[in-house]
Amino acid sequence: MNKKEIGQRLLQIIVVLFGVSFLTFSLTYLAPGDPASAMYEASGIIPTQEMLESARLSMGLDKPFLMRYIIWLTNCLQGDFGTSFFMHREVVVLLMDRLIPTIQLTFFSLLITVIVSIPMGILAAVYKNKLPDYIIRGLTFFGISMPGFWIGLILLYIFALKLNLLPVISSGMGFQKVILPAITLAIAMSAKYTRQVRTVVLEELNKDYIIGARTRGIKESVILIKHALPNSMLPLITLLGLSLGSLLAGTAVVEIVFSYPGLGNLAVSAVSTRDYPLIQGFVLWISLMYMIINLVVDISYNFFDPRIGKKEVAK
Amino acid sequence: MKIVNFAKENREFVIFSIFALIILLVAIFAPALATHDPYEAVLNDSLQSPGREHLLGTDVLGRDLFSRILYGTSTTVSSSLILVGIIFVVGTALGMLAGYFGGVMDMIIMRISDIMISFPDLILAIAIAGILGSSLGNAIIAITVVSWTKYARLARSLVIKIMQSDYISAARLTGSKTPHILKKYLFPNILPTLIVTAATDIGSIMLQLASLSFLGFGAQPPTPEWGFMLSEGREFLQRAPWLLIFPGLAIFIVVMVFNLLGDSLRDVLDPDTNRINKKCRKKVIENEFKKDCKGIRRNSASNWGIKWMWK
Repeated sequence: MNKKEIGQRLLQIIVVLFGVSFLTFSLTYLAPGDPASAMYEASGIIPTQEMLESARLSMGLDKPFLMRYIIWLTNCLQGDFGTSFFMHREVVVLLMDRLIPTIQLTFFSLLITVIVSIPMGILAAVYKNKLPDYIIRGLTFFGISMPGFWIGLILLYIFALKLNLLPVISSGMGFQKVILPAITLAIAMSAKYTRQVRTVVLEELNKDYIIGARTRGIKESVILIKHALPNSMLPLITLLGLSLGSLLAGTAVVEIVFSYPGLGNLAVSAVSTRDYPLIQGFVLWISLMYMIINLVVDISYNFFDPRIGKKEVAK
Repeated sequence: MKIVNFAKENREFVIFSIFALIILLVAIFAPALATHDPYEAVLNDSLQSPGREHLLGTDVLGRDLFSRILYGTSTTVSSSLILVGIIFVVGTALGMLAGYFGGVMDMIIMRISDIMISFPDLILAIAIAGILGSSLGNAIIAITVVSWTKYARLARSLVIKIMQSDYISAARLTGSKTPHILKKYLFPNILPTLIVTAATDIGSIMLQLASLSFLGFGAQPPTPEWGFMLSEGREFLQRAPWLLIFPGLAIFIVVMVFNLLGDSLRDVLDPDTNRINKKCRKKVIENEFKKDCKGIRRNSASNWGIKWMWK
């Protein structure tokens, strides 16, 4: 990926962000009820007609839809996402507060996923259609079929309530609060990822150069470690990057189960209280994060596979 | 005889179909199988543990958990199947149109799906379901909005691939009309891949629906829905663990069966080769290859010797 392509991608991200912003903005106006009364309802006040009207004026609701969108967008571009209806704090501040716990959670579950699924996937690929493969594949079926919130509740019941090892509510500080949510997320994710690792490694093991190495009598273990694995790293990194998205989505449910103070938890409460500025800010923020992650994954190709860069130069 | 042969060749598929059929039957005949009225609250029986009177115990309102789970089967299964059906039809139709006609239509559909891809699915679904108001219908709409693009993309790329084949050019040359080409040539050719995708998606869509209900954006009380039942049971984690074990187990089993069914359907519908043929062929090749390798290894020393002599 050269500079020009990165530039193109950044441009594309900006275009998509505009689309996303328009979508979220119009979405909140499709909702039943008007934002002014929603704002009062969110803070538990029953508004009078005058209060509603002045609120509508100050929120700019008397202007046409497109005008409102443009005003809102210019504010966003200046870093002002508005103030939360319900929590009466700036949306940016709220989001930043919750960002770090969510990144922590994502990082730990990603770590567990990598530690668990890469060896499992390789094992399944090497022993294809033998006992270890069947066991691992069976386990992955369990993993993808279990709802994350159920795993979370069961873990909570066993480790927090019965064994008293870990806290029930993950709201304090420290490492302990991350363990159970991270494991919960990691179970579903490692199931998916193990299957992908298996497919990728199997594909690599069926390539000509591996067959060549076998015919030359090179030990299977050497073939695997020196030849097959380094070459299957690239698709594995891509897939891991892509699964980060589903991880971000999964956090919402798991954060609710463990009362974990992350972005997903904030989003769910924002949606249930109809806190429109917060919802808009959150959706924009998440999609920006998601697209940047994808871009970074694409750029990392270059680093792990120099061939891609060279091919372009050759062209 | 054909059926017997089919069953013999696709044993896994037949077994999982039977399981799925059983689940469907449970969903349909839940009223006959249930031991209690799932809506009837008997406050005296609140939070009873599993026993003879209540097979799986009762919830906080004294409603029988076993009956509620049975009724929940039909909620979950019917809403997920409807959902998959809607996504399939909408996505495929739009994707086919985009792929066939191209132009502005194609651009709009693809840009929309670009936007959809830049969200984690469930996040957007939560936002939409929450804003529209919490109900099972709105949850279905929300998941449709975030999921149709996957099918549209798939259908589009398949159509574009098929459009380049000779038989489409031939059909065009001989004057076939657009609807005829779409109906007779394109649709039947893209159908198997799309059906397999839909079948493998049923499980994950059930999980998404259950997640939305768990968060309170899906089915509303008193509807017996497993995800929502789990979120109700959450408060009684300590006192009534059965409230969180059994509904979760129900979701798990049903999702598992549909996942396995989807996977085995892929093997059946695999358009390239029959699976058994493939398996056999692979095994033959593998065995021959192993033999070759061993032979070469054993003889390598002497081969080298001969070569050296010749030099």
